[in-house]
Amino acid sequence: MPVTKEAIVKEDVNLTRRRALQCMAWAGTGVVWTIGGGVPRTLGLLGEARAAEVPKGQLTFVQISDTHLGFKQPANPDPAATLGEVIAKINALPTQPAFLVHTGDISHLSKEAEWDAADQVIKAANKEVFYIPGEHDVADVDNGKAYLARYGKKTQGRGWYSFDAGGVHFVGLINVFDFNPGFKSAGLATLGDEQLEWLENDVKGLAASTPVVVLAHLPLWTVYEPWGWGTADAGRALSYLKRFGSVTVLNGHIHQIVQKVEGNLTLHTAASTAFPQPAPGSAPAPGPMTVPAEQLRKHLGLRNVDFVHGKAGAPALTENPLAA
Amino acid sequence: MSNKLLVAALAVALPSLAFAQVSATPMATAAATPARVEINQMRFEPTSLTIAAGTTVTWVNDDESPHTVTDRGRVFRSSALDTKDSFSYTFATPGEFTYFCTLHPMMVGKIVVKPAGSS
Repeated sequence: MPVTKEAIVKEDVNLTRRRALQCMAWAGTGVVWTIGGGVPRTLGLLGEARAAEVPKGQLTFVQISDTHLGFKQPANPDPAATLGEVIAKINALPTQPAFLVHTGDISHLSKEAEWDAADQVIKAANKEVFYIPGEHDVADVDNGKAYLARYGKKTQGRGWYSFDAGGVHFVGLINVFDFNPGFKSAGLATLGDEQLEWLENDVKGLAASTPVVVLAHLPLWTVYEPWGWGTADAGRALSYLKRFGSVTVLNGHIHQIVQKVEGNLTLHTAASTAFPQPAPGSAPAPGPMTVPAEQLRKHLGLRNVDFVHGKAGAPALTENPLAA
Repeated sequence: MSNKLLVAALAVALPSLAFAQVSATPMATAAATPARVEINQMRFEPTSLTIAAGTTVTWVNDDESPHTVTDRGRVFRSSALDTKDSFSYTFATPGEFTYFCTLHPMMVGKIVVKPAGSS
């Protein structure tokens, strides 16, 4: 029988660093979560066999994030290598994902050579990949022109899009443009009126029973305001999604796993495949965190997302670090 | 304009020539002195810089993280500057420019441009 654990996220309405660390501790153990009606349950400790017990025939996909190809500082001198290890782990999954999603910061400096390097590694998964940009992908002198020319061909506005797969509605939102200078809330990301109006219309005709997955780079809730880890107008986006029975928001940007539940909305930031960042407020500033080499892979990894029938359309999430 | 400034810049660089040039155009000499902003430890240093119109400001990234130099009004904007990369912009007209790093929006700096010839 799977281990049952009424877990962390249930009481995690008020995010604190302690709770975040507990979340990360659980993530590190590789627990498979099933989330139904906002109350998560675990299926069992992650192992190849356990993961294979997830019922077949439903949509499974993988989230990777913050690959930062081109980064070469001591926190990880070779992010292509660790990305390669993540791709190998994906290829070894007993249930192969239908596709990958990449929640931004593909590159470190918005250079074609860095995106080429990412392609070279990721293509070994032989899967379709749905991308959204991080702020590092729109740091060219034309503020995103290079990214949109390469990745934005089938997108709306400045890169947002939606699609349907396995009965699940996916929305890719862009919150890496239009930053304002400043401390506190002034430095938060924004989605902007044009995109928010598009989102409202995009989901208007959907039945409330349709599971929704939202991709964005910066978190759609304020994880830590002094470091700009949030999106100023996220509340408006989430207000359009509240009526759905299952909404799963997958973010990157902060290079660590933090989770939050708000009713039927579950929000999850992801590990990077390149390097960790400090826990909120635990360092003078955010940025690459150098850990002992033998610990680096505990901080890096992928996330497996499985939709299981009969659970209110909610997915089971598996945090899958490169090293336990 | 730029030739005149170049002459003035040389005047500063070459003290033996400086006397005559500085006497002729003392304010242009001040305006032509290139200014430099260091980026280090997630800060622009100096955070606020006052220059004369016509001055070229060069930002140098001495930090481990990449940064951008982005004017709030998008009048000027660098690409992502890797460690040791630099970006220069010549401020032709007076005004006040608030700029920041789009990768780390909490990093904010200011350039105050006075009319050339004012002290």
